[in-house]
Amino acid sequence: MSDVVLDLKSITKRFEENEVLRGVSLQLHRHEVVCLIGASGSGKSTLLRCANMLETIDGGDISLFGQSLSDPRIDPDLVRRNIGMVFQSYNLFPHLSVLENILLGPVFALKRKRSDVVDEAMSLLARIGLSERANEFPDRLSGGQQQRVAIVRSLAMQPALLLLDEVTSALDPTLIGEVLDLLRDLAHSGTTMLIATHEMGFAKDVANQVVYLDKGVLVEQGTPEQIFSNPQHEATRKFLERA
Amino acid sequence: MSHDASANALETPTLFVPRRKQLFTGRRAITASVFSSLLILGAIVAIFYVAPGGSSVRYFFFNPQQMWESFTGNPAKGLSSVGTGIFTNIWMFCVCEVLVLIFGLLIAWVRMSTSAVLFPFRVLSTMYTDLFRGIPILLVIFMVGFGLPALGLGFVSSQSPAVYGCISLTITYSAYVAEVFRAGINSVPNGQLLAARSLGLSSSATMKRVILPQAVRTVIPPLLNDFISMQKDTALVSTLGAIEATRAAQIYASTEFNFSGYVVASILFLLLTIPMTRFTDRLIAKDRVKRLAATR
Repeated sequence: MSDVVLDLKSITKRFEENEVLRGVSLQLHRHEVVCLIGASGSGKSTLLRCANMLETIDGGDISLFGQSLSDPRIDPDLVRRNIGMVFQSYNLFPHLSVLENILLGPVFALKRKRSDVVDEAMSLLARIGLSERANEFPDRLSGGQQQRVAIVRSLAMQPALLLLDEVTSALDPTLIGEVLDLLRDLAHSGTTMLIATHEMGFAKDVANQVVYLDKGVLVEQGTPEQIFSNPQHEATRKFLERA
Repeated sequence: MSHDASANALETPTLFVPRRKQLFTGRRAITASVFSSLLILGAIVAIFYVAPGGSSVRYFFFNPQQMWESFTGNPAKGLSSVGTGIFTNIWMFCVCEVLVLIFGLLIAWVRMSTSAVLFPFRVLSTMYTDLFRGIPILLVIFMVGFGLPALGLGFVSSQSPAVYGCISLTITYSAYVAEVFRAGINSVPNGQLLAARSLGLSSSATMKRVILPQAVRTVIPPLLNDFISMQKDTALVSTLGAIEATRAAQIYASTEFNFSGYVVASILFLLLTIPMTRFTDRLIAKDRVKRLAATR
């Protein structure tokens, strides 16, 4: 079995006249961390959303574990149960306690027994140091704490792949660190991740591959050293100077 | 030392309310409000005494003896009791509220569905809400109340006027309430839907566990408003001949040539709607405080 988790083949996506993705190809292997960098509107978020079928693609093909997502027999719910997604604005469920937020997926999507999942959920909370806040509602937590809860909420589904969409962009500068530390921790423990980010230092640290997107085109891809120290394209160089 | 034109004013600014308005500040405000309330109440009462027809209005509308007789009813004279009649209104709206909640939610759900199979139902539910929000409820009551019996369909055509009234109220108010639910569901941020779906929750589980619980909070005040107006609209069922409060008052008026029964019916309706109105207003105020606290 090949260890390719996600295989994007010349993906195109249009919103009406606006071409957001113009033939992006990208492979993600098991235990690999790929960082997507590029200006706002370059198509990073759209690419992530296409990968877990929140958006439909207009051209190309996406495979998850060798199964093409354009196959009509594919169940999007099953696809999403295997892919975790974390959003810029956390999107925790405000009417549920922190613990219930984490339990929701395993209990109502995977139909697991609640009592079986509670221990797992509590140890996930312990991992981010928020065990005592389990029964509080999300609006009592700081932005950084909320985002870390959102991350473990998707981990509770034990996904094969984690998509992170600019997860630190909505945070106060002082709170970014705690979220990035958690992601570093996940990267070191071998979590497969596709990360859209503006945090260049972080990308340099954790990424196996860095991908530069510009106006929906994959301009350049390589190891962090290649991209950050020796970019081959003028556009990449200019972007990195500004960033 | 000299100052240019942009410098601060030299005079100390006065911070007091102007003297003529000081009547309305501090403890005087309470006295002022009691005084103005009494004045206005007195003016309204005075109209009934000063107006040329005042005495006859008092006799025909506010006659205590007649009010009491219409309230209790008088079997000897064939007069139905307004006080008993109100219970017909009460059970009608109790039944209707439950039915309206169920049908309203169902219609909203169908209307917002995206499944291809439900397409014809989607069109139907849109037509339904357009239709029944546009037809005056009185006409619906006539159509149901006179139309269904005319069909000669056995069980369907042999119900009491109150039952036809309930059917009409349910039909009309389900259309309103469906729109209230739809607005509530739309008020839940899209990120909630995205987050739930990315966890792999099915669309119905997302609705049930994530969207509806949040929509309910925004929906309750407008929902209660619709219920208040439905409570009053049970009076329209009197046109079908159901002996509820309004109909009993009507009978009283046409037999005794006195309208005091209408005032009694009004008072009874107020006794029902005012607690509900106050409760709704309190909920709205509470929710407002919560929202303000949430935005910080």
